[in-house]
Amino acid sequence: MIETRGRAMLRGLRDGLPIGLGYLAVAFSLGIQAKNLGMTPFQGFLVSLLCNASAGEYAGFTAIAGNAALAELALVMLVANARYLLMSAALSQKLREDLPFYHRLLIAFDVTDEIFGLAVAQPGFLNPFYLYGTFILPLAGWSSGTALGIVMGSLLPARVVSALSIALYGMFIAVIIPPARESRVVLGLVLLSFGLSWLCGAVPLLSGLTGSAKVIVLTLVLAGAAAVLFPVREEGEGHVA
Amino acid sequence: MWHNMYTYIFVMAVSIYVIRALPLTLIRRPIRSRFIRSFLYYVPYVTLAVMTFPAIVQATQVPAAGAAALILGVVLAWLGAGLFPVAVSCCAVVLILEWFL
Repeated sequence: MIETRGRAMLRGLRDGLPIGLGYLAVAFSLGIQAKNLGMTPFQGFLVSLLCNASAGEYAGFTAIAGNAALAELALVMLVANARYLLMSAALSQKLREDLPFYHRLLIAFDVTDEIFGLAVAQPGFLNPFYLYGTFILPLAGWSSGTALGIVMGSLLPARVVSALSIALYGMFIAVIIPPARESRVVLGLVLLSFGLSWLCGAVPLLSGLTGSAKVIVLTLVLAGAAAVLFPVREEGEGHVA
Repeated sequence: MWHNMYTYIFVMAVSIYVIRALPLTLIRRPIRSRFIRSFLYYVPYVTLAVMTFPAIVQATQVPAAGAAALILGVVLAWLGAGLFPVAVSCCAVVLILEWFL
């Protein structure tokens, strides 16, 4: 039953492939933003290799474009990426209690929406080597995609870029739908999330709630309400209600 | 005040790493609170759903192509298709539809 490190890593590498491809496409547009700031391809490569965030990096770029003070930049990054705080907290529950500190520090390097999606889909405790496997192609795709975006600008046809960028959403769907099929609570939450997320863009009163802020607010409110109304059983699987 | 680009990159990298590393290193025991456990269980589904829609419809050149990808992806995932087949099918349907629309 116990998987060797190498096998776990290979499995992670395979699962990371669609993420890496999707990142490559999305990072292109991030690269165009970086170019507007005057970043060199190497700087774009570096910032994406170290940050591994889409909305988070955009937010940082906006601050840099406004010539922000360093403390302001740090604050923007904190707010725009607060959902990773939640994701890492959720992920901490998928790690063995005695998992060494250095593994925790390494895992923290690449907690992204998509890798988190893969991680939560794994049964039981996580093998850190599986996660390291999943990191490789997304890191390569994200950082080189940003650099390529800076170098090539809008060289690819728009329809190819838009088709490739859909890979990410396809992955989100593949993560949330199977549990939604098993649990009516999750299904209801997913539908409610779709609806409220759409409302935030459509209703003038809520239109200030965009991007990362929308994700944070809706996550806190909806997941909080579900936790009160439908607490999960011991192992975090089935529901009481 | 003007800052070196590498200083900016350093600040960005450190801030985001701290956000990710704190919970993973500080929370070492199973969380007992039923509320927190339930909350953390529900978090990813809400977060991913919020980020998927309506973004998927806005990411394509033609909104209908994104909508078709959403529907196809949901149906395939519901029928048990894995990450890669779902992702590739969504890309393919967008590429095909945008070719004609």
